[in-house]
Amino acid sequence: MATLLEQVQVDTELRPAIAGRNPWALAARRLWRNRIAMAALLLFLVIVVMCLAAPLYAHDVAHVNPFVPNLNGHTVVNGKVVPVMQQGGGLLKLGETPIGPTWDPSHYFLGADSTGRDVAALLLYGGRSSLLIGIGAAVLCSLAATVIALIAGFFGGVTDSIASRTMDVIWAFPVFLLAICIGTELLTHSNGFQFGPVHIDPTSLWLPTIIIAFIYIPYVYRPMRGQVLAVVNKEFVEAATAQGAGNLRLIFSEILPNVVSTVIVLMPLMIATTILTESALSFLGVGVQPPNVSWGTIIQDGTALVYTRPWVTIAPGLMILLTVLSLNVLGDGVRDALDPRAKLRVEG
Amino acid sequence: MLTFIIRRLLWTVLVMFVITVVVFILFFKTPGVDPARALAGRSPNPQTLAEIRAQLGLGRPFPIEYGIMMKKIFITRDLVSYSNQGVRVVQEVFAATPATLSLVFGAAVLWVVMAIGVGIAAALLRGTVFDPLIMVVALVGISAPVFWVGQIVNMISQGTLHSTFLFSWVPPLGYTPFTQSPVLWFKGLVLPWITLSILYIGFYGRVLRANLLEVQNEDYVRTARAKGISERRVLFRHSLRTSMITFVSLFGLDFAALVAGGALLTEVVFGIHGVGYLTWQGLENLDLPTIMATTIYGAFFIVLINAIVDIAYAWLDPRIRPA
Amino acid sequence: MTAEQLLEVRDLKVSFRTEDGIIRAVDGVSLTLSEGETLGIVGESGSGKSVTMMSVMRLINDPNARFEGEVLYKGRDLMKLDQAQIRGIRGAGIAMIFQDPMTSLNPVYRVGWQIEEQVREHEKISRQAAHARAVELLTAVGIPQAAERVNDYPHQFSGGMRQRVMIAMALSCNPDILIADEPTTALDVTIQAQILNLIRKLKDEFGTAVVLITHDMGVVADLADRIAVMYAGRIIEKGTRRDIFYDPQHPYTWGLLGSIARLDRPKPRRLAAIPGLPPSLLRLPQGCAFGPRCTHRFALCDRRPELLDKVGDGHLDACHLDPGQKRELRETTIHPELIEEAT
Repeated sequence: MATLLEQVQVDTELRPAIAGRNPWALAARRLWRNRIAMAALLLFLVIVVMCLAAPLYAHDVAHVNPFVPNLNGHTVVNGKVVPVMQQGGGLLKLGETPIGPTWDPSHYFLGADSTGRDVAALLLYGGRSSLLIGIGAAVLCSLAATVIALIAGFFGGVTDSIASRTMDVIWAFPVFLLAICIGTELLTHSNGFQFGPVHIDPTSLWLPTIIIAFIYIPYVYRPMRGQVLAVVNKEFVEAATAQGAGNLRLIFSEILPNVVSTVIVLMPLMIATTILTESALSFLGVGVQPPNVSWGTIIQDGTALVYTRPWVTIAPGLMILLTVLSLNVLGDGVRDALDPRAKLRVEG
Repeated sequence: MLTFIIRRLLWTVLVMFVITVVVFILFFKTPGVDPARALAGRSPNPQTLAEIRAQLGLGRPFPIEYGIMMKKIFITRDLVSYSNQGVRVVQEVFAATPATLSLVFGAAVLWVVMAIGVGIAAALLRGTVFDPLIMVVALVGISAPVFWVGQIVNMISQGTLHSTFLFSWVPPLGYTPFTQSPVLWFKGLVLPWITLSILYIGFYGRVLRANLLEVQNEDYVRTARAKGISERRVLFRHSLRTSMITFVSLFGLDFAALVAGGALLTEVVFGIHGVGYLTWQGLENLDLPTIMATTIYGAFFIVLINAIVDIAYAWLDPRIRPA
Repeated sequence: MTAEQLLEVRDLKVSFRTEDGIIRAVDGVSLTLSEGETLGIVGESGSGKSVTMMSVMRLINDPNARFEGEVLYKGRDLMKLDQAQIRGIRGAGIAMIFQDPMTSLNPVYRVGWQIEEQVREHEKISRQAAHARAVELLTAVGIPQAAERVNDYPHQFSGGMRQRVMIAMALSCNPDILIADEPTTALDVTIQAQILNLIRKLKDEFGTAVVLITHDMGVVADLADRIAVMYAGRIIEKGTRRDIFYDPQHPYTWGLLGSIARLDRPKPRRLAAIPGLPPSLLRLPQGCAFGPRCTHRFALCDRRPELLDKVGDGHLDACHLDPGQKRELRETTIHPELIEEAT
């Protein structure tokens, strides 16, 4: 007849076979095995690196300053020296048409825009802006939404009501219109903003970042709050309270780790959304302001050249497409990796 | 059910009120800006500024300023655009609505039909090579900026291939009212419809497929199979019905957002003078009255549709209906 | 001489491929079921009892599942039928009810509609006739005011009522076999008895054979003619009700019986519990699956025991212990309070 000691021994013998593994490690491993998601991640990183290398490209490869108009400049095509702006463009052949793609990295690879600037170099610089704003806005938004959701979900009652109702109102605004309104409003402030010691220049990239982060807060807030509420009622929180944990510790040590996974799943998709939004706002003129460029502003510039120099339009759009696509695929992969019920086809 | 509807509508009214207040504050009360100057648009002259101040009662207490503005927008509807030769903005918004509705309705019909097809096809073809293929195409649809797709479409249909039989029927950019010429109305909207719906077909197709697959694992679907029902019937009668609930509520929101001015990008690119186009023009000219009017009417529309969707949701899912 | 069995499962093996390896959920299970007979399948979660019967109905859709063995229903091997054929059998020849009536009924359709759907799938009758049949069935399972309630939605019924609806639906086409997978587990104890009585009454009335899957020995004590005890995907004991309750041959069965609180015995200081945990199906022990937890384990147990008839007359068990020894050991395992009393 088994004594208590033997029972314990039996338990520990069986334990390794049944012991669970760290769910994060499991998820990471599943993500790593997902080849398509990994390919997407690689593509995204390649794009990021390319854009970060913009100054390198501009100085060392193309030898241009892409922010300075170059209406009277010349460049070399097939060994011949040609002007950047060619005469005889437009309907009446009286205008100027910028040079088209030369497919030569050191000489106007994708051609020039209507002020003679190197489109390829602009593309990379534009990428920097778009990516910075996109990632920055997504991170800022997630941070804000999570903090508000934690507070609202944890304290409940009136706090929750106020927070949720406020979110509802922001959410009721057509997202895009709200961004346009705020953007327009800010455009009328030509001297920038003063928040105490902080001065924000009107052309700063921070403005679009903050605007975009702000309008999407309700979209992240809702699922986060749902998660917080689900966790707050679980027993381990009660247990920690019984141990004497203070509110702050409860929020950060018990609840936060359990809702972080929601943020992680949302992040790639959020960045995809913010990049698309930024490009739309910049296209309309309420996003990135000159002298900065972004992929959206380049497409706007390309409108005048749509029929004559299509690549000025095609290239930035393609970059947006590839970036957002890779983020969407990665986002799918992350979601699948974290989903415990995922019925993946197994090899072998 | 009735109390639910009433409560929902009351809440809607409250939200609308808050929206008007917020818009008002945003445009009139941001520190450091003189509202009269902002309203007057570019390079105002002192006479115009004085006129504005008088008409809108600027400088008087906040609630009165607010009251006058709301009256001008909703009741007398004589808010004018100072930068645009005194055109009445509210009337302009109403006049622009048919164009937007034509665009959004047509695109919506297209995308709902296609998305349901895509979602079901992908769910049925699960496991074959077509499923991931369809999903990739859907993803591309979601990932392309809609205004860029529009530009490319124009590039091809108005430029490069315009002379070929493929696109010679495409009229120049712009909107022709249905009452003027149904044929031209239709021809001018085909490409915008397709452009606008690409994004949503991709999104809704994926949502539907994900829902269908999730529902396939539900207990009641297992029961249906145990009853000997064919897979097709299980899909259409059991899985689809419950999946459509999410689909419909998302659809309602997106449709509302589009009509409210979200279709702005498509309208601008294709030259369709709808509500979105109006907003954009207001933007270009820093014409605050126009932007205010379009924003408020747009937000109202969304809030109303939200309420309708919530009510429809309750009807579709008997569990939500209060006893 | 033996009449053809209604259902015969021959050496069924079901395995699932996962990232961590192959899970052998069902590892060589053989069963028979005669007309009108009630078979109880008892085991813990993970013992493979549900997977076995779901595989009989071919309801397992997992692309990573692999099946071996035969399932003969009235002589036909169900594992070899195509989709259309198996669908004809589901609901009409073999019907199944599940554990959680709350989620097993479609929430957006009326219960009458759901019953009619099944009937009309298998028989060519009009909607009115199907509707009338639904009302009849609801009355037969004891739902009051059936004619009105047939138009209600599932969420308007209590748990016990919903299970009755499920039973009505399952019996709507007069199947030969009813498989009940833990039909009372999600219900209150008081309702449990009602549902079991209902099943007994209906099976007597309609002559249906029943397979009752449960983890609760108490549930099969009353209803089952024969019982199969499963552990880690294998059947470790099989016999008549009398055999299992009065002459159990396997230490696991002893554990199951010992853990029932009995009113007709002196109260033990603590209920005998089976030490340890069920094995991971990824890493089954080489020998007897129950070995690591068995207090009577000895050298032979490193070799996997076969399911053999050692006692005689159809009572099979998979244990190496000598039957003579077993009877002694059994008393102390099931009723430790007798030892306590003695000491």
